[in-house]
Amino acid sequence: MTTTHVYDAVIVGAGGAGLRAAIEASDSVRTAVISKLYPTRSHTGAAQGGMCAALGNVEEDSPEWHTFDTVKGGDYLVDQPAAEIMCREAIDSVIQLEHWGLPFNRTPEGKIDQRRFGGHTRNHGEAPVRRACYAADRTGHMILQTLYQQCIKRNVRFFNEFYCLDLLMEDGRCAGVVAYELATGEVHVFRAKAVLFATGGFGRVFKITSNAHALTGDGPAVCFRRGLPLEDMEMFQFHPTGVYKMGILLSEAVRGEGGILLNDAGERFMERYAPTIKDLAPRDMVSRAIYQEVKEGRGINGSDYVYLDVRHLPRDVIEEKLPDVTEFARVYLSVEPTTEPVPIQPTAHYAMGGIPTNTDGQVVLGPDETPVPGLYAAGECACVSVHGANRLGTNSLLDIVVFGRRGGRHMAKYARDAELPEIEGKPAAPTEERIKGLMNKDAGHNAADIRAELQTTMFDLAGVVRTEEGLRKMEGILEGLRERYAGVYVQDTGKVYNTELMEAFELGFLLDCSEALVAGALARDESRGGHYREDHPLRDDDHWLKHTLAFRHEDGTVRLEYKDVKMGPYIPMERKY
Amino acid sequence: MAAEPLGDVLAGSEERRVEGSDKVSISVRVRRYNPEVREESWWDEWEISMEPNDRLLDALHHIKWYEDGTLALRRSCAHGICGSDAMLINGRNALACKVLVKDVAPKVTVEPIRGLRVLKDLIVDMDTFFDGYKKMLPYLINDEGEPDRERLQSPEDRAKFDDTTKCILCAACTTSCPIFWGDGDYIGPAAIVNAHRFINDSRDHGARERLKILSERTGVFRCKTTFNCTEACPRGIHVTQAIQEVKRSILFDRF
Repeated sequence: MTTTHVYDAVIVGAGGAGLRAAIEASDSVRTAVISKLYPTRSHTGAAQGGMCAALGNVEEDSPEWHTFDTVKGGDYLVDQPAAEIMCREAIDSVIQLEHWGLPFNRTPEGKIDQRRFGGHTRNHGEAPVRRACYAADRTGHMILQTLYQQCIKRNVRFFNEFYCLDLLMEDGRCAGVVAYELATGEVHVFRAKAVLFATGGFGRVFKITSNAHALTGDGPAVCFRRGLPLEDMEMFQFHPTGVYKMGILLSEAVRGEGGILLNDAGERFMERYAPTIKDLAPRDMVSRAIYQEVKEGRGINGSDYVYLDVRHLPRDVIEEKLPDVTEFARVYLSVEPTTEPVPIQPTAHYAMGGIPTNTDGQVVLGPDETPVPGLYAAGECACVSVHGANRLGTNSLLDIVVFGRRGGRHMAKYARDAELPEIEGKPAAPTEERIKGLMNKDAGHNAADIRAELQTTMFDLAGVVRTEEGLRKMEGILEGLRERYAGVYVQDTGKVYNTELMEAFELGFLLDCSEALVAGALARDESRGGHYREDHPLRDDDHWLKHTLAFRHEDGTVRLEYKDVKMGPYIPMERKY
Repeated sequence: MAAEPLGDVLAGSEERRVEGSDKVSISVRVRRYNPEVREESWWDEWEISMEPNDRLLDALHHIKWYEDGTLALRRSCAHGICGSDAMLINGRNALACKVLVKDVAPKVTVEPIRGLRVLKDLIVDMDTFFDGYKKMLPYLINDEGEPDRERLQSPEDRAKFDDTTKCILCAACTTSCPIFWGDGDYIGPAAIVNAHRFINDSRDHGARERLKILSERTGVFRCKTTFNCTEACPRGIHVTQAIQEVKRSILFDRF
């Protein structure tokens, strides 16, 4: 049985970007939000450190400095007009969140307090600047709560625990989505004039990750399967300070407040890699520095981790400004950060790439950037591209609020004027076929085995450091995993909360994202930002100052195209800190 | 009932090491329910090997992925922030991702949180829980014109509601409350915590409306200070204290 719903605007995903878009759209058009979780479970809530905006509350700052840092931090793969918009609108976005009740930490005068964060500097790299607005080390939690509260106030219609499995296109226009209701097993068709994807990242392609189990690249994969391109999928950020072996994020705010990294000799090794800003260098550089220390035998006890040390910080800073991070160390490592250094290793953290959009959140096709009528994306699942090859800390929370708002605003305007697209045939049929295909087997491959192998090999071969040899090997592995996935077996044949079926779908999406990532990484024989090729360690602007677009070919292979980076006032230069 | 740390309550005295590895053996007993299979709940038990530092959530995943794919639970972030995996673990509410195997081995009992309708295995109907939250008008109420810049708030005023901003709406507190078990109309600790967060925010003007709702029969005076909620809170919020502060606001403050 299929139920059909009709809305003006449908938003898929209820994290920061989705909720911010919903607030904007629901003011003027009939809006529904579909999420495979309850909104407050979204991974925006796990963001810790802050949201940057050049408020200048504690020292001089300017949006132009913020834009420069964003472009340089992204290793010049950033589309500069998009970064300029983000850094300019940051100020108004933060103020609006404050007006909506977000409990920011305060200065003695009662203004929003600000602190240092990696790669954010005064006057084009002179010294670290205090730019990150924050609420202790749970800024993302407070943003998610505040936006959800505003949605409650506006009576936004939520479809919780509805899993979006397909995108409907009619004559090149977006016509809606198909979703699977977890509580009942029913398939729903959502007809809409406009759809916005805000499904978050796909960090679960890697074994060690800070990402939630839910982050399986659903939105990008659904678009990819419908022939839409994915941009810069090879640009994946590894955050330097994940809890050893578990990958749980320990915020960069720890270093923003004065924490330092130590190797086995007790040396503050970042002084050698980034003499000016040291431990507050951008994440890609710090993660590579850790890799290098470990490779040269200076990991702790010769092993594959180093220490994050806050023992020298005042106790009240640790307890009041970093309470959650401190608790993670206590709960998961049995380490007392006030008296012991904390074992950390780089953890897969953030996808700079995703569904290509323009600065109004419209999904765009190909090198000429033709918008797809009615289709939008925002947040981590999108690529606008403000993060380029490496995102600066705090710019993700900024991205979701700024481009969630812009996307929501544009989709509402579009939906007010557009006609509801007619839908030919049976829109739910392909989804129903896939469900049947997964459920009607008596035996087959175990999804968990396939997923574990995917995550381990991706972490080793397509992680912090990549080579042609490793990536070619990964391509072969992916081919094998794809074959096994075709024969995957779902034991649960029920309709009520068949989360095993959901996980099987998620695994398919992870494979899609991995294939696009590896294809882009293999072709890009240079090193830039989060993409480091040990066999091509230098940046190559002559050949590679361009965005990758990956398409799913009809024969199943991945085809690559490229498009120009939108430049601006900042000329690429060597990235030193 | 005063509570002890979770691991001390029912855990056996000795870990059982698995020979030739660092793993420990743990028996996981889960209360199952599936309306498509039978009307009554039943118990299943698995004996598995896990790393001592694995989370109980990892153990449940191991069962789901390698023993019984039909086991249903909610989870997402796996480090105590998203609030998906509140469960009754050895008789006490906690998040499965914040309980380590070594603290409950060699035997652990897992059930759905109480007082909400069970839908399948460890998954309960959260809609009624969120309905209680929504009753509290959980958003900043301030009809004055918005200034160009941020509203000012002193660090001291900000500190007054810091504790209750930590709430992740996991329902561990509300579903540990015996009053809530007896009367599902009681608005419950989580809703009161979130009301507290706004009532004590110097920028908010909605206290009168919220306190009126909270002084009704289903409101804050149902609380009999059992402290279960405070002990259950995975975020360390002083829930009972927040409830007492709201009671005092109704009795003594003039709004």
